[in-house]
Amino acid sequence: MYHSIVLVKQVPDTANITGNVMQDDGTVNRSKLPAIFNPEDRVALEMALRIKDQFGGKITVMTMGPPRASDILRECLYMGADEGVLISDRKFAGADTLATSYVLSEAIRKEGSYDFIFAGRQAIDGDTAQVGPQTCEKLGIPQITYLEEIQKVEGKTLTAKRKIEGGYEVVRCTLPVLVTVIKDAVEPRPFSAKRVMAFKGAKSLMEIEKMAEGNSLLYVDQLRHEFEARQLFIRTLTMDDLKLDADRCGVHGSPTKVYKVESVVLAGGDREMIEPTKTGLGKLVDKLMEDHILG
Amino acid sequence: MSTTTRDVWVFIEQRNGKPADVSLELLCKGRKLAQAMGGAVKAVVMGDSVDALIAEAFRFGADEAIVIADRALAQYRTLPYGRILSDLVREHTPRIVLFGATIIGRDLAPRVASATRSGLTADCTDLQISNVNYLRKEYADLLLQIRPAFGGNIIATIITPDNPVQMATVREGVMEMHPADHPVAGPVTRIPYVADAVDELLAIVEQHHEENRVNLKAAPVIVAGGYGLGTRENFKLIYDLAHALGGEVAGSRAAVDAGFVGPDRQVGQTGVTVRPRLYIAVGISGAIQHRAGMQESNKIIAINTDADAPIFGVAHYGIVGDATEIIPRFIEVYRNKLK
Repeated sequence: MYHSIVLVKQVPDTANITGNVMQDDGTVNRSKLPAIFNPEDRVALEMALRIKDQFGGKITVMTMGPPRASDILRECLYMGADEGVLISDRKFAGADTLATSYVLSEAIRKEGSYDFIFAGRQAIDGDTAQVGPQTCEKLGIPQITYLEEIQKVEGKTLTAKRKIEGGYEVVRCTLPVLVTVIKDAVEPRPFSAKRVMAFKGAKSLMEIEKMAEGNSLLYVDQLRHEFEARQLFIRTLTMDDLKLDADRCGVHGSPTKVYKVESVVLAGGDREMIEPTKTGLGKLVDKLMEDHILG
Repeated sequence: MSTTTRDVWVFIEQRNGKPADVSLELLCKGRKLAQAMGGAVKAVVMGDSVDALIAEAFRFGADEAIVIADRALAQYRTLPYGRILSDLVREHTPRIVLFGATIIGRDLAPRVASATRSGLTADCTDLQISNVNYLRKEYADLLLQIRPAFGGNIIATIITPDNPVQMATVREGVMEMHPADHPVAGPVTRIPYVADAVDELLAIVEQHHEENRVNLKAAPVIVAGGYGLGTRENFKLIYDLAHALGGEVAGSRAAVDAGFVGPDRQVGQTGVTVRPRLYIAVGISGAIQHRAGMQESNKIIAINTDADAPIFGVAHYGIVGDATEIIPRFIEVYRNKLK
């Protein structure tokens, strides 16, 4: 029996950026991009599911993000996660990886005991691969990044294969451990139709509040208890719930700042067009030889 | 803002006692950054047999070396390396710490940045020192950390204004690498390794390195093919041209995905960054992600049927036409010139 925590992120689909997403000033209009489940995080969840399939236990999925990020928590429930936790607060906005890892590590600490933390190697919007290791450092546990394959889980020991430059290594690690997984590690399973039916009504506190709009706070509480009783409540944690230090959250807690953003411009300008004829190519080769570009 | 030092530290990544190219590239860059600030560039060397590493660090411009040598550090492991480097950073407060954006660098840097609560920017493609006005405050000699973002569609400049230590990982191959003009064998500070129980939580059972890795970065001439070639058969022309010119074969991501060429030969954001003397792009449209990996090449020739392909934007010479006709003609012309 193992308790796994899986860290997931909802990201803008940067692989499908089209014309109207890029604005004239070179910035990205995030609202024009579809929000998707970060691909490597889905692989991380699959890893956790396989451990649960084999040894039993529990899977808690956590995401930090805006209220709409509960979409991917529902998707995790459809795949087989036991519960979702939405960590959301306006005061988290503008967080860099250091501030994000602070919030995540405190949320994990509040969960009590765990054996594994799984995360994708990196998210496709920032590609930094920093949040996993930074969260891990704050928890004071070992990490295995770029994990390719879990070879053996036995008692309190994990043996796993990870990618290294020009090859791989096999490591043996004492639990608890945080692992970040690469995209090809395992194929994430599809949603279970039965679970989709069971959990499509799962709601976070913000979503319940929205449902109850215009009604008394008492009604929100009542609704919340109903959802909890039906196991359809997505636990929701704010800065106050986690008793966080405001100076370490969001913009205030982020040492790195975006100073300038430019769209990628083509250098060019002094380009010379060459005729695809023997004469044209002959002149090109002459020039390259003169310039000692070709020998 | 009080700045304790003006030093630039470069983490020297090593495998079996040999320094990674990116670490030497960073020493070259670090030297320039340190000069701009009036500080020194220091190589941080960890490993078992470190003499060759120290010598190389000085050859590529380090002013000083900080060395921790022990058998326990022979191979990189997150915990001892991260723990030791974090302690050193806390103790000495360098102004800048640079790592290669390799698997090791991307494993280690966030750990150290978290422990020291420093700002860290991943995968930089350029670094500069500049005075900055940010939110109506003046900052002298900040590190501009320049990196592609949003899948390579934008270039962001990141700063770490209010933090004593600025950290960055830097992509391999984007900085120049050459020995220092006037290398010195500077002071070496040796720090004893003190074991800690946490170091033993993770052990390396075995390591496997693939031999004969393609070394695109060292190739003076690269001929790269794209999806535009259409078939694996046509892609053979890329091999023919590379062979004739004494160059290496590379491919765009689309060519790799189509199975025309192996992933170890992929140039671009998710592949290798190269800056050869000559880069010939054939049937490559030139998506941002590809251009990011080759636009620093000394001379670029683009061959494409589409005259509007973005690849022509970064090319020095453009040839519009069918590669299956142009390549054999190019080879023939070249061979005749050599005679």
